[in-house]
Amino acid sequence: MLQMNDPIIQLKGLTKCYGKKKAVNGLDLAIRRGEIFGLLGPNGAGKTTTILMMLGLTEPTEGTAYVCGFNATREPIAVKRTVGYMPDSVGFYDSMTALENLLYIGRLNGLPEHEVKTRATETLALVGLAGDMNRSTSTFSRGMKQRLGLADVLIKKPAVIILDEPTLGIDPAGVREFLTLIRQLSRQHGITVLISSHHLHHVQQICDRVGIFVNGKLEVEGNIDTLSGNLLDREGYSTTVTLVRPIIQPWPLMPIFSELDAVKEVSVQNNCLTFFCTRDITPSIVRLLVENGCDITGVHQKDYSLDDIYQKYFENNVAENTTHEKPASFLQRTFFKEQP
Amino acid sequence: MKSLPVSFKGLSLKNNRSSNRYTVSHVPSPFRVMVRKEIADHIRSWRLIVMVSLVLITFVVAMYVSLSGISNATSNLSDPDHTFLYLKLLTVTDNVVPPFHVFVSFLGPLLGISLGFDAINTEQSNGTLVRIMAQPVYRDNFLLSKFMSAGMVVTVFFTSLILLMVGGGLLFTGVRIEPQEVLRIFTFTFFSIIYVAFWLALSILLSVRLKQGAAAALTAIGIWIFLTVFYQLLVKLLVRAILPADPGMLSQEQIIGYNNMILDLLRIAPSQLYTDATTTLLMPSVRSLGPVSMEDMAGAVPAPLPFKESLMIVWPQVSGLVAATTVCFAWSYYLFMRREIRS
Repeated sequence: MLQMNDPIIQLKGLTKCYGKKKAVNGLDLAIRRGEIFGLLGPNGAGKTTTILMMLGLTEPTEGTAYVCGFNATREPIAVKRTVGYMPDSVGFYDSMTALENLLYIGRLNGLPEHEVKTRATETLALVGLAGDMNRSTSTFSRGMKQRLGLADVLIKKPAVIILDEPTLGIDPAGVREFLTLIRQLSRQHGITVLISSHHLHHVQQICDRVGIFVNGKLEVEGNIDTLSGNLLDREGYSTTVTLVRPIIQPWPLMPIFSELDAVKEVSVQNNCLTFFCTRDITPSIVRLLVENGCDITGVHQKDYSLDDIYQKYFENNVAENTTHEKPASFLQRTFFKEQP
Repeated sequence: MKSLPVSFKGLSLKNNRSSNRYTVSHVPSPFRVMVRKEIADHIRSWRLIVMVSLVLITFVVAMYVSLSGISNATSNLSDPDHTFLYLKLLTVTDNVVPPFHVFVSFLGPLLGISLGFDAINTEQSNGTLVRIMAQPVYRDNFLLSKFMSAGMVVTVFFTSLILLMVGGGLLFTGVRIEPQEVLRIFTFTFFSIIYVAFWLALSILLSVRLKQGAAAALTAIGIWIFLTVFYQLLVKLLVRAILPADPGMLSQEQIIGYNNMILDLLRIAPSQLYTDATTTLLMPSVRSLGPVSMEDMAGAVPAPLPFKESLMIVWPQVSGLVAATTVCFAWSYYLFMRREIRS
């Protein structure tokens, strides 16, 4: 049986292939009890596939997923009894009211008849739908459906909550409210939460730990401070200078800057210059530019947020695949790489 | 499937625990909960109301026609079946309006298709399938609940129709119903349910296989039209191509052989099986479904067969229908059990 200190979710070499394409490639991950873990990655990185394998809704090609000590492929029922899963586009029976939808889920989870109604009303009040419980779900907004989805998850009193893109399509105030609620629940009841998302700022607010997931591989995991520190050490500082006029290629002033010992790389694009440096040398760059007769309209020094962390890892991955590609085209590439 | 015993153990443990805590209340199994919900959905759906009204109207029309012709039919002494009043109620026609079982052979498929064509695919596209599958329920229970709920709705509907017919007959004529008639009429009801169940299983199979509800419905209707209309034409064409041009050249055995072959080909269509089975049951004097030779006829007394004998004649037909239903259901089970569930 599961010990207190064992990870509640443990994935070992989890692999899923669709034909020749590896959607998830040898994923190893351990999530401890009571933790809020953010699974970050672009669309088509294999996040949803990983989650489906954790719930036994799809079979892994290789490897195993243990959730609460149960093998998710062999004993999906035992897993689903303790895990609440909210899919990314959660749907409800439109012919039924919110309360009826929730009662149905409660009954499927084996709640006794005399208890299910009080439990459902309590849960609806908890997610803030007490006033709308007798409305048909067809009239619900996206945000309300998301809350009802959360109620679905909470009615079974789960030990683990898995949320797939929970913040998709909700307004900013709603997102904050939603995430605060999840954090509160996790802290009060010691619920383990796994959030998959590509909205980094949302996840940043509440996650204890994040893992960045690109092309089926977990590139990096850890808390946000560590990730950010790693990145600054590795990537150094970068300064972007915007000029009035577009820069002619090749840039005649390039040798002057390349000779500076702190500068690792200079990239030129339209009227923007980006200097990648080992130290912060923004003042000298600006001075040199002015001395050489360039008209500067803006200077921006980069500080690393989760967004950059994520983009950096993601960019690295793309760079591995296509070394001589122009950086501008990488966004397009990500869209082409989307999984159906 | 190795997980079954283990999971069952978990389930029973849980039930024990909950029964200790709540001694009074009863926890229904997820399967019962699902069937209850599906039946409620069917009853409230417009589609079922329309189909049921259609069957009801044909039933009333057929009954009206047979009631108006019943006195002639029962006083016709040359007909060996004239004593079976209630069977006559189901079979007498004025040669304009067909009897009820012909209506059922035509509307039954529509009823089955309309109850099943969106069973799985609509749930999947609405995102409710993944939501239900994330609950601790077995996948096969979900599929079975779809089949069972529609099957139960059809059973209740046909049984009440037949009971209405019997009750109405009792009121109008005051004639006592024979035990044999009761058996025959309820077996007829049972066959009708199986016939509808076949089309239900087929449409559920298509709903598992095809992602769009409309595509599944159209495919099912296409199969139905092919089997009821074009298949017979096709068999006729085929027979004309392979049969000798002049039947006069053939011996009697050869003619019987060809005839049986044609009938066997026709019996691939479920509607043919159903028609064969119901006519034999509702007309006790029918003694063979194929051609009968003069030697066979020579010693026969034109009298109704006992119920058991009629049942023996149609046993292959019934087995065929049940087998086809099972194959469809097993196939959809095979497709559904291991597939990935994504919204």
